[in-house]
Amino acid sequence: MPDFSVLTDYFDVYMEGFLNTIYASVIALIASFLLGTVIAVFRISSVRPLRWVGTVYVEFIRNIPLLLVVYIFFLGLPLLGITLNGFVCGTIGLTVYTAAFIAEAIRAGIMSVPKGQTEAALSSGLTYVQAMRYVVLPQAVKIVIPPLSNQFLNLVKNSSVLSVIAGLDLMYFGDKVASDTYATIDTYLFVAAFYLVLTLPLSFAAHRLERRLAKHG
Amino acid sequence: MMTRKWLAVAFMVLVMSVSVMTGCGNEKGGNTPGASDGNPDAGAEETLLDTIKSRGKLIVGVKYDTKLFGLKNPANNEVEGFDVDIAKALAKSILGDETKIELKEVTSKTRIPMLDNNEIDLIVATMTITEERKEQVDFSEVYFKAGQSLLVKKGSAIKGIDDVKKGTKVLAVKGSTSVDNIIERAPDANVLEFDNYQDAFSALKAGQGDVLTTDNAILYGMMAQDPGYEVVGEPFTDEPYGIAIKKGETELVDAVNAGLAAMKESGEYNEIYKQWIGEEPAE
Repeated sequence: MPDFSVLTDYFDVYMEGFLNTIYASVIALIASFLLGTVIAVFRISSVRPLRWVGTVYVEFIRNIPLLLVVYIFFLGLPLLGITLNGFVCGTIGLTVYTAAFIAEAIRAGIMSVPKGQTEAALSSGLTYVQAMRYVVLPQAVKIVIPPLSNQFLNLVKNSSVLSVIAGLDLMYFGDKVASDTYATIDTYLFVAAFYLVLTLPLSFAAHRLERRLAKHG
Repeated sequence: MMTRKWLAVAFMVLVMSVSVMTGCGNEKGGNTPGASDGNPDAGAEETLLDTIKSRGKLIVGVKYDTKLFGLKNPANNEVEGFDVDIAKALAKSILGDETKIELKEVTSKTRIPMLDNNEIDLIVATMTITEERKEQVDFSEVYFKAGQSLLVKKGSAIKGIDDVKKGTKVLAVKGSTSVDNIIERAPDANVLEFDNYQDAFSALKAGQGDVLTTDNAILYGMMAQDPGYEVVGEPFTDEPYGIAIKKGETELVDAVNAGLAAMKESGEYNEIYKQWIGEEPAE
């Protein structure tokens, strides 16, 4: 039986971290979706330099550990004279990192729509953007939802990386409570419960969305 | 329940390995100060100081793993540091020759048992003088004023604990008493905690905080690594290091104190201090 005093005595501490984890996750979720979409479009663009930029971004970012991405912003940016605090650096790092995976998920979705459809749309007089907007993307979205929701769940969990750069997130305060009380296992059990409060509804919503899109498809 | 069981097993293994280690220590104690006691005069009690003089060698317990104080140099296998040099200077003052010394490795756990078993004459091993320890051993005068202090970039406006105010970003290490101490002394400071000293120091270098706080002995080590940073102000917690001597050996305590006083008088103490700590001792 876990020691609930570890939860009740430090509830405010957990809450501060929990809120910061929500903030970081929501900001990074929106930002990484936008950035990821742009990178995906670069990746499949017919303009060669854009393709290169997209490919270099994806291959560089997704093949180094998230921890290092975050350190680059926290310890590296100051070398250029820009010092941002742990929360901001962590959120930027999360965004940049997750965007690489989102770009790949979106690219895969778009590629899975048969090429003939784009050709047909273009030959019927639509511009490239219009063809994407009205023909390809609506079909791609359905394919993209499951891998995308996976990335968003990972993002929420990965936000714990903020704890190593004093980003004041849930994990940071969890570490603090654990070292204050020495009730390490109990503390982390409660931390896990807080993460579940965030991730389970997200997971559930993703499933519902998938089912609905499948029905109307 | 399972975890409890495993914890209990782990604890037992720990206890057993500690007792094995101390057991080994005892066996090696063939060369104890007591063993070389060749004095046939059984009536008069020979003091430890007499034993040391007739043995012609001072046996000192020092740390082998502590930066700046007692660290085995892998290049030449010599143990070097502030504590080691103080010990050598004491050998010179008691026996007239700083080479008449034997160093033995101690840890915080083994040092008092080794002193009690006559395996070592003195402990010069970053040992803080506490009331509790005074019941087990005798201490010399303070030879190093340790305590929690502040490390800042050279030229910082922060010159001591009183300059740590609201909004000052203080970097510390998670789960250390130094966090509690700084919050007590500067409740309005913005304390940011990191997983280890390396991360905290990197954050300080990156300008993510204004000061780094922990024991000054560790801060001096960082200062040695990067001279762009300095320790400022007096330590604001009191953890004076003393040289420990087996209880009741007052003659040896007096000899050690006389040695320390002479070292300070001659300037040798300041030299050793400056060599290892990187600055003059504060008065």
